[in-house]
Amino acid sequence: MRQHKEVRGLHPTVILWVAVGLIGFAVLPWYGTDSNFFTLSWLLDGYPLDSDVAPALFLALQGQKTWLAPAGLMLLVPLLLWGREKTDPLFGRLLVAVGAVGLAYVMLQGFAIGLRGWRFEWLTAMFGELGDRQFGMGYGAMLCAGAFLFLFSIGLAGRGAVGGDVFVVSTIAFVIGVVALFIFMPILQMLANAMITQEGTYSLASFASKIFSDRLWGLGCVTQNVGCGVAWNSLFLAILVGILTTLLGLVFALVVTRTGFRHGRSLRALTGLPIITPPFVIGLAIILLFGLSGAVTQMFAELFGVQATRWVYGLPGLLIAQLLAFTPIAFLVLIGVVEGISPSMEEAAQTLRASRWQTFRTVSLPLMRPGLANAFLLGFIESMADFGNPLVLGGNFDVLSTEIFFAIVGAQNDQAQAAVLAIVLLAFTLGAFYAQRFWLGQKSYTTVSGKGDAGVHPLLPAGLRYTVFAIAGFWALFTVFVYATIFYGSFVKLWGVDNSLTFVHYVKSFAIGWNEFGIHWKGAAWSSFWTTITIALVSAPLTAMLGLLTAYLLVRQDFSGKSAFEFGTMLSFAIPGTVIGVSYVIAFNVPPIELTGTGVILVLSFIFRNMPVGVRAGVASMSQIDRSLDESSLTLGANSWQTFRKIILPLLRPAILAALVYSFVRAMTAISAIIFLVSARYDMSTSYIIGRVENNEYGVAIAYSAVLIAVMLAVIGLMQLAVGSRNIGRRTSNDNDLSQSRTNVSQSRTGQTRPALSGGG
Amino acid sequence: MAQIKSNAASVEFRSVSKFYGKSKVAAVNDVSLNVEAGKLVTLLGPSGCGKTTTLRMIAGLEMASSGQILIGGADVTSLPATDRDVSMVFQSYALFPHMSVMENVQYGLRFSGFPKKEIVERADAGLELVGLTGFGDRLPSQLSGGQQQRVAVARALVLEPQVLLFDEPLSNLDAKLRRRVREEIREIQQTLGLTVVYVTHDQEEALAVSDRIIVMNNAIIAQDGTPRELYEAPANAFVADFIGEANIFDCKVTEVQGDVATVSLGQVTLSLPARGHTPGPARLAARPSRISIGEASAPGTLPGKLEKATYVGSHLEFVVSTEFGEVFVVSPDVDSGLRAGQPVGLGFPERGPVLISP
Repeated sequence: MRQHKEVRGLHPTVILWVAVGLIGFAVLPWYGTDSNFFTLSWLLDGYPLDSDVAPALFLALQGQKTWLAPAGLMLLVPLLLWGREKTDPLFGRLLVAVGAVGLAYVMLQGFAIGLRGWRFEWLTAMFGELGDRQFGMGYGAMLCAGAFLFLFSIGLAGRGAVGGDVFVVSTIAFVIGVVALFIFMPILQMLANAMITQEGTYSLASFASKIFSDRLWGLGCVTQNVGCGVAWNSLFLAILVGILTTLLGLVFALVVTRTGFRHGRSLRALTGLPIITPPFVIGLAIILLFGLSGAVTQMFAELFGVQATRWVYGLPGLLIAQLLAFTPIAFLVLIGVVEGISPSMEEAAQTLRASRWQTFRTVSLPLMRPGLANAFLLGFIESMADFGNPLVLGGNFDVLSTEIFFAIVGAQNDQAQAAVLAIVLLAFTLGAFYAQRFWLGQKSYTTVSGKGDAGVHPLLPAGLRYTVFAIAGFWALFTVFVYATIFYGSFVKLWGVDNSLTFVHYVKSFAIGWNEFGIHWKGAAWSSFWTTITIALVSAPLTAMLGLLTAYLLVRQDFSGKSAFEFGTMLSFAIPGTVIGVSYVIAFNVPPIELTGTGVILVLSFIFRNMPVGVRAGVASMSQIDRSLDESSLTLGANSWQTFRKIILPLLRPAILAALVYSFVRAMTAISAIIFLVSARYDMSTSYIIGRVENNEYGVAIAYSAVLIAVMLAVIGLMQLAVGSRNIGRRTSNDNDLSQSRTNVSQSRTGQTRPALSGGG
Repeated sequence: MAQIKSNAASVEFRSVSKFYGKSKVAAVNDVSLNVEAGKLVTLLGPSGCGKTTTLRMIAGLEMASSGQILIGGADVTSLPATDRDVSMVFQSYALFPHMSVMENVQYGLRFSGFPKKEIVERADAGLELVGLTGFGDRLPSQLSGGQQQRVAVARALVLEPQVLLFDEPLSNLDAKLRRRVREEIREIQQTLGLTVVYVTHDQEEALAVSDRIIVMNNAIIAQDGTPRELYEAPANAFVADFIGEANIFDCKVTEVQGDVATVSLGQVTLSLPARGHTPGPARLAARPSRISIGEASAPGTLPGKLEKATYVGSHLEFVVSTEFGEVFVVSPDVDSGLRAGQPVGLGFPERGPVLISP
């Protein structure tokens, strides 16, 4: 056993967090400041005595907000541990108690006191009228709560949780804490809001009448000649999109892997498209092509002498747009599935006298079944969550996500109605998510582990091959055509009316001038553009960090409740952006966490919307790093934090970069959540573009979209360069000189959820 | 009850080569071989020697780039796998995970035009043959590795193929099971009189199961013979070293009279079968167990110094340094009392060393 130096004083980590907590309590402003915290202008606003910017300590000393004082006192309790070993039973017990009580106290005081004194009447009855109110918590409160959380984790580690590892316990506590605060709490608040009546009281009856209303579930389209309920519309569209994207995705996957097609690589590039395309841009292109004054519609009308119609608005247009947008996702999933089938399965079938067609029907297709179901569910979820396309193309075909938006931003501003709609939407997507994880997760076709066979996938039977070629060729051309339309459309003066080419849209949006202060960003789009870049740049590293930490816990650590932990962290993937947006508006509009109208709320929504991307990137590459590397580092005397930093992080560099870029790009393309959260000061590109579409300024909208696509292409291109040049392969080369050796086991991986790197939805 | 029979046929390769894609390097280079009906022939060699490619060409999973392949005397060179009367047991067994054991075994029969009743009977007979009667309803994932392996064998056997192929069938089994399974395979092959081509890189496995072994190296056949021939009279240094262990000495053939060559190895002179050698420099391969170790001064021995003596239970292992480098010797006499550091003499009994081509 290694000799420990005798402990003098206090455990250094405890000192660190006590100090952080005290800084939060006594130095930084306890409540949120009006101006940006990091400009430090609050130092000039009467700090530390003015109650707006005062630290909790000064507030309490001046007799204001005296209820904050116990938090400060509790921060001093750990000092009682002076001179005690970490193994001392008292050490753990005391820290756990202080951390838990302190954290609970900070949270409780936040929630118990509202805008008008006590939130609940029984508290008023107990303590009397409170002549004071709550403000939104600020950085002081944040540090203080963080300190309690980490003291609690140190205590838990001291009591032997997860092998007594402080870093791991703290990380788990941190991830659980932020996920609870920024995913579960808003959702729960939204659920509660759904039961609020117009008079402001809670009522189950009102909730029931709303959730079973005809507006949602009406069957008018079957019985009479009116539209169906919104929920049915969404469900119908999502099922259609799920089925068709799966079929198209399968066709593309088969072309790449089973036909001997030479240019598979360029076809694979298709899978990158949804990453760089803001979701509604496809919808815009569809309008340009098939709208009332769309190119194809006009041509058709002239050729056949019929009246041009608005047929594309509604189900047909939505279907086309979503198929274009989400087929690449299904392709991405299915290419893994189709490749993952061990070639020896198909070869075995052939040596057993099955013809190509029989092999495909009896072996290949059944083995793809879990992957097909997976692709269907992804398409279903994406379609349900899609907000941009229905907004620009929906017409009279109302779907849940847009209905939620109009409930909040419309004249009615009915948060309860929005919450009810959001619950229905959430039920659909969570149902699909749950099915994907638990039903498909168990249905993996794992046979043997161990060495696999080298081999090649046989080609498809000829008839099927030509069919597949025809479909894929048509769809690929159509996709190219649509993207070309976007590019071309950005130069057209007024589509369908004045088709002359012009730079005016670019000039209007992105003009740069000079004045006495230097560069003058004259274009109308610059403000939202820079805001978007800034927010994306801020949120990307935070997303990557949180994602990788979570991945580290999932791949490398074992602790009780790990599967629930995993489910919780991946859950936000299944929560549609619109739901996140509504729940943030509801939850963070009032103290104790008052964030609406700030840039912080945008950053937070991106972090928690995109966290699963980081987690997946991390899990995927961390599973490739042999565990013995960490173990050898640990046995050589490094602790788990040092191991994470010195061994795992450097090996993960490609994954980090990928997570960074994806979260950056997704932040730039997202629309559904942030359209609820933008403010005049913090407007984002996507919501600005949607605004232009609503004003019928299609030219500007398309030009701006084209610029966004170009920027993201550049970012991704740079990442490819960076990752390509430093490939740290940990995989040993195949022991066979033939093509790659594969195992049947890969099927089980593909049966699980795969990353869908689509736009923000 | 149906009986599984054998339709054993011969396999012949005539100058077969295989190039992958546009590769200029042959995976199999101008190979000619002949497998008689009813025999078990092993393709043995290190990774990448072309043995698996050869097997896959027999199966029809790879097409020969040039040359002719005949099964049962009929030219099958351009027939795909589906149309050849050959079945294969894959390294990973390739059992269809979405089908039960019974469905797996019936799979090939369903495409062979048998009536339903016969399909069932044959599948039952196949499972009985491998001792898995009653396991028909299970899924492959519910079986142990050894059982999966037997299902794969049954699935291939029920088709009564002309040739049965095994691609490293034991590599996914643990060491204890390997010996039993390979004996079972050999037993079934001999009882039914099947033609089997068996690929492995494990020389012990090959020696144990084969009627004949074809050693491959660098896309060509290095030697073709019975296990005993390969072990006792390796054709070259590669075979000598690959099958069992061998000490290779540089020597000199001083004289050849008829079939007997006189070889001088340092101060030792040996009379050995010439095997086509002519006077001049040559090489000698000697198995560690076919070198005797004794007193340093004994006549006709190669002097050396005992560097290491290791007791491994059933025998002693010695490393002796000589003018030809280190020599590895194994002696069953565990009570010899030889100590590391002492001078020794190495003797070469009559049937010990063989001349090999350089």
